[in-house]
Amino acid sequence: MIRNFLTACAVIIATALAAPAHAQVRVSVTEGHLNPMPIAVVDFLGPNTPAQQVGRDVAGVIRANLERSALFRPIASSAFIERIQALEVPPRFADWKIIDAQGLVVGQVTPLSDGRIRIDFRLYDVFAEQQLTGFSYTTTPDNWRRIAHKISDRIYEQLTGERGYFDTRIVFVSESGPRTNRVKRLMIMDQDGANPFFLTGSDAMVLTPRFSPSTQMITYMSFETGAPRVFLYNLETNRREVLGDFPGMTFSPRFSPNGQGIVFTLDMNGNSEIFTMDLRSRSRQRLTNSAAIDTSPSYSPDGSQIVFTSDRGGSPQLYVMNSDGSGQRRVSFGQGRYSTPVWSPRGDLIAFTREGGGRFAIGVMRPDGSGERILTESYLDEAPTWSPNGRVIMFFREGRGTGARLWSVDLTGRNLRQIPTQTDASDPAWSPLLP
Amino acid sequence: MRKFVVALAAVAALAACASRPPAETTPPTNNTTPPVEQPRGPVAGSAEDFRVSVGDRVFFGYDRFDLTPEARSVLERQAAWLQRYQNVRVLVAGNADERGTREYNLALGARRAAAAKDYLVSLGVAANRLETVSYGKERPLDARSNEEAWSVNRNAHTQIVSGAVS
Repeated sequence: MIRNFLTACAVIIATALAAPAHAQVRVSVTEGHLNPMPIAVVDFLGPNTPAQQVGRDVAGVIRANLERSALFRPIASSAFIERIQALEVPPRFADWKIIDAQGLVVGQVTPLSDGRIRIDFRLYDVFAEQQLTGFSYTTTPDNWRRIAHKISDRIYEQLTGERGYFDTRIVFVSESGPRTNRVKRLMIMDQDGANPFFLTGSDAMVLTPRFSPSTQMITYMSFETGAPRVFLYNLETNRREVLGDFPGMTFSPRFSPNGQGIVFTLDMNGNSEIFTMDLRSRSRQRLTNSAAIDTSPSYSPDGSQIVFTSDRGGSPQLYVMNSDGSGQRRVSFGQGRYSTPVWSPRGDLIAFTREGGGRFAIGVMRPDGSGERILTESYLDEAPTWSPNGRVIMFFREGRGTGARLWSVDLTGRNLRQIPTQTDASDPAWSPLLP
Repeated sequence: MRKFVVALAAVAALAACASRPPAETTPPTNNTTPPVEQPRGPVAGSAEDFRVSVGDRVFFGYDRFDLTPEARSVLERQAAWLQRYQNVRVLVAGNADERGTREYNLALGARRAAAAKDYLVSLGVAANRLETVSYGKERPLDARSNEEAWSVNRNAHTQIVSGAVS
């Protein structure tokens, strides 16, 4: 087995070496983790000490992003031979070939007279000896992290051919206190765990936050008024409101793909059904009608279909229906109990939580239920959320009697990583790419 | 002065709202105070009387919301007590164990609360004295992760909101 694996690697390397010199350097999002691309990210230049510090910080964030993707292997700066002095001078590619860098990222930070800074970067293909891309961003000095994420996305996009996911945020439930009286508050942070802050106080338990497509709104469930209610939170105004006035409890909200509607569960006297509500007209529509539990709805990215959880067949399973409620059909037929379905932003897969044999797993299947694949499993893995490019899934993991934490795993099932949070954390929701 | 009293009342009302759900009670099994230590027992018609003498929780099987014979007999005692103390209003909270996802368990807890409420109403308790809520798996009574804890955490909890003898 090991021998076969080595042979496979050797073939990949041989193929790479045999490729013509003018071919663009590429990394595959499905195979790249087997042989991460060595890339050199040089500390960005600057004309003075503060600018040089920003330059080091920007390069550090880029390296961390690329390394976390597992598709790239940033080379330690101590191995660099050439000392980049100016952005305008082409690098000595031979010096970078020797240390096996396939990609080279250089940049500089320039303070402007109005107090802002300009950040320039260039990405080189070392073997082809050509510049692949370059961009310039002007921003306020305190916004350097976002620029570092935008540059990371440019590099990822150039080298993989896929959209990036680094300039994004995560909203989640921050947890503290004893398990019998847990405090659960909404918190938001950058995709890499930086810049965390609370959105709600400790007086009301909240669950299941989800982003709007514009990234400016969050819908979530709160016990603020006593019973579970769906809320909307506007990140621009920091104002929140209850969604509609319903006779029972409302929960499990998600935005429609155009951002103009919410699909959610309304429970009346123990019977939960799926409803939609238009945010402008406030008109509501009932989509399910069964005595069973119907909950956890999630739209397909084109808005034409909804996947949801129902126990109408005797145990919780995944069902798909048209967005008007017609054509309801079961799609999960594997061993176990299925819930929390989330449609991939690409539309080709549905992620879910599967429970069985005392374990919880995160998996994916095609919308027709075929091709089921389990990505990760533990005592409790729950609530998958997709990176906006559909390549990474974040979820929360809880041990027997221990607090929940956020984790991510690639769609390949590899690259399992814990996301750093200051408190215990659950119910992550990944934002679309920020505008 | 009058304004101050009104303000105080408002604060008290808010505090009452904020305190819902009240502090968790311990499971009935280890909470029954031995009569020898308290010969007179709880004050009749008090929240403690309801909790200790009647029983404020009924328990369910895994992923079930049907009432067991034990659950029915507890609810029958609750109904009789509520018939005697007509001013009492209650909140029936449905709870689930940790073996299920949050949203599913919110729905399951709502079913359990409704099952308990419906039985109380069928026994003659006016529906407008009963409200229901589901806490899903978010408010476990027993923090442990084992069968014993799960069996206790699958329950419908009848909590007195107002009208009890203090």
